[in-house]
Amino acid sequence: MSSILKVKDLHVSVEETPILRGVDLEIKQGEIHALMGPNGSGKSTLAYALAGHPKYEITKGSIHIDDVDILELDPSGRARQGLFLAFQYPVTIPGVKVADFLRHAVSNIRNPERKEGEGLIPMREYRKELRSRMEELGMDPEFARRYLNEGFSGGEKKRMEILQLAMLQPRFALLDETDSGLDSDAVRVVSEGLNRLAGSEMGVLIITHHERLLEFNKPHFTHVMLGGRIVETGDAALAHELHANGYASVRERHPQAAQEQQQADQSKVENQEVPSGA
Amino acid sequence: MVTATSDSYTREAFETFLAGRDEPDWMTDQRRQAFEAYRGLLETPLDLEEYKRVDARTFRPSRYHLQEKSADETGVDTLMQHRAEYAGQVTHVDGHTKNVSLDLEMAEKGVLFGDLATMLRDHEDKLRPYFMTRAVLPDADRFSAWHAAFWTGGAVLYVPRNVALDRPLHSLIALQTDGAADFSHTLVILEDGAEATLLEETASANNDATGMHVGAVELLVGRNARLRYVQLQNWNHKVYHFAHQCGRVGGNGSLQWTVGGLGSRLAHIHQDVMLDERGAEAQVNGVTFTIERQVLSYYTKQAHNAEDTTSDLLYKEVLRDDSRCIWRGMIRVEPEAQKTDGYQRSDALMLSSTCRADSIPGLEIEADDVRCTHGATGGRVDEEQLFYCMCRGLSRFEAMHVIVEGFFQQVFDRIPTELVRETLSQAVERKLGIGD
Repeated sequence: MSSILKVKDLHVSVEETPILRGVDLEIKQGEIHALMGPNGSGKSTLAYALAGHPKYEITKGSIHIDDVDILELDPSGRARQGLFLAFQYPVTIPGVKVADFLRHAVSNIRNPERKEGEGLIPMREYRKELRSRMEELGMDPEFARRYLNEGFSGGEKKRMEILQLAMLQPRFALLDETDSGLDSDAVRVVSEGLNRLAGSEMGVLIITHHERLLEFNKPHFTHVMLGGRIVETGDAALAHELHANGYASVRERHPQAAQEQQQADQSKVENQEVPSGA
Repeated sequence: MVTATSDSYTREAFETFLAGRDEPDWMTDQRRQAFEAYRGLLETPLDLEEYKRVDARTFRPSRYHLQEKSADETGVDTLMQHRAEYAGQVTHVDGHTKNVSLDLEMAEKGVLFGDLATMLRDHEDKLRPYFMTRAVLPDADRFSAWHAAFWTGGAVLYVPRNVALDRPLHSLIALQTDGAADFSHTLVILEDGAEATLLEETASANNDATGMHVGAVELLVGRNARLRYVQLQNWNHKVYHFAHQCGRVGGNGSLQWTVGGLGSRLAHIHQDVMLDERGAEAQVNGVTFTIERQVLSYYTKQAHNAEDTTSDLLYKEVLRDDSRCIWRGMIRVEPEAQKTDGYQRSDALMLSSTCRADSIPGLEIEADDVRCTHGATGGRVDEEQLFYCMCRGLSRFEAMHVIVEGFFQQVFDRIPTELVRETLSQAVERKLGIGD
């Protein structure tokens, strides 16, 4: 049975500043959704709120995967339910080898009931699997022995996110500007990688400003965010149009959301405390 | 005999102690001098710079007593004892040496390894010139003097010229009886061109026995000699630990010194490395992990006494609960020590809001052509790192564990001995409350 990720009337605040003001979204396994919108419209906030970042406070609404109330779970529990966030800015964890980190992750995701200290997945098969996933993504096997994201270039970090996606095989993947800051070769590698991974078992939400990622991964749905709401939903053609013509026409069609967006942008300028991730 | 009702370390107690030991005159004389120094130094305030951050008011010396003979060993849970093929092993319990072994081949090459008191008597010519004359001096302060007067037990390792030990040696210092005092002394002498690895650990036989360690470590590394020395301090949380530790390195010699600080209620360690001749180098690695109300204090000094010498110190400290860790480091460069390359760094990672880390680096440079760098960092576990790990299915606790391991990894990466890396890593796991 195909699973469904259901977001209903989601309101999210960061440090008491409302960012999302009622987001509705449904993603089924096998579907690709593009999420677009100007800076500060709330795209990354949605991704972080779905993943369960403690700074993003849910003030109203609900998130479910099938019958499971995701809001009841911490980020680890959500990941074990098959939710994956590819970070826009992956963190560095000094001293922790990629292979060791991923072995813990894979063990937990595949055996969601696993407690710390219980067995990890067997080394041999894990190594083999890791090596072949790395090969598919054109990664040097030496990467497995490096410390997670330490000294990685922007492209290497993003590739590392895709490698984790490949190993963890989530039901729902959220890609937060995975294509930003990459040269065209790197975008191609990431796009092809995602294309190979996203099949009928994976629902994907691609947050992007660009079109390249969408060329390889044609969205079934395109959503436009403005002022903390999804104001329009269309198909791949909408993504193309937005990319070509920008958001002016969207603002015209949704004057109230555009005004709220403008106010939010202004208060951000006045109050530097609002995190840039929003 | 020393009893619980009297002060264990009075003149009278000292005379009784001496009478109970069958020692050569020179040794007795040395003890008497140290005892006089001790009585005098008790009246002298401790060096404020070294001790002002160490609150030892709960420490009552008279609660801890020399043990007349060691209790039967009930088995001490150690981390390294049975882990590897050793070229030799020695065990001390409550200040008395038991179970000495040394590979026959090594013994035939002239290697000495075993009980300090016996060895000092039997090999006076070789060992006496080094014993508390060059590295740890009896009159350094009240703890060194106290130790020099009452030392009992401890290990000696002597490696003759150009002899290399291919396997490590192991020394275990254990406290077993409640209220026991341990005055063990470690003396390592590598003659020119010799090579050895000594792994030493201190441990308690159980979690409840109170105890005290007033110890000394002397490492004398000859020209072109290479010593790797590890001391894993793993007492239970009721032991008070005071130690003077000093390594001296000759021309082109090298000393790699790794310190693991896990146990004890309160510990203060004075650790010196001295680079005495051209080309001498020392690497000092520290891994400490304090929890609950533990207090660990390190006063480290890297003394560059000659040209072209190198020292590299890295301490990594993890703290939890209400614990405290103090590191005060100093690089001292003498006027003649041009071309010195000195480095010191201490990083503290705090896992609670109530722990406290003090890291105070320092430089005293008298030469004008040197490269000396120092640094200290302190911080909490990064919430963004935790979030990232959790997004990959790690529980918060597991994420914390992974981050702590990673934090120590930078030190582990400097340690070539796999056994040591593994042992430290396992000790960290235990401390985090997981693993076996």
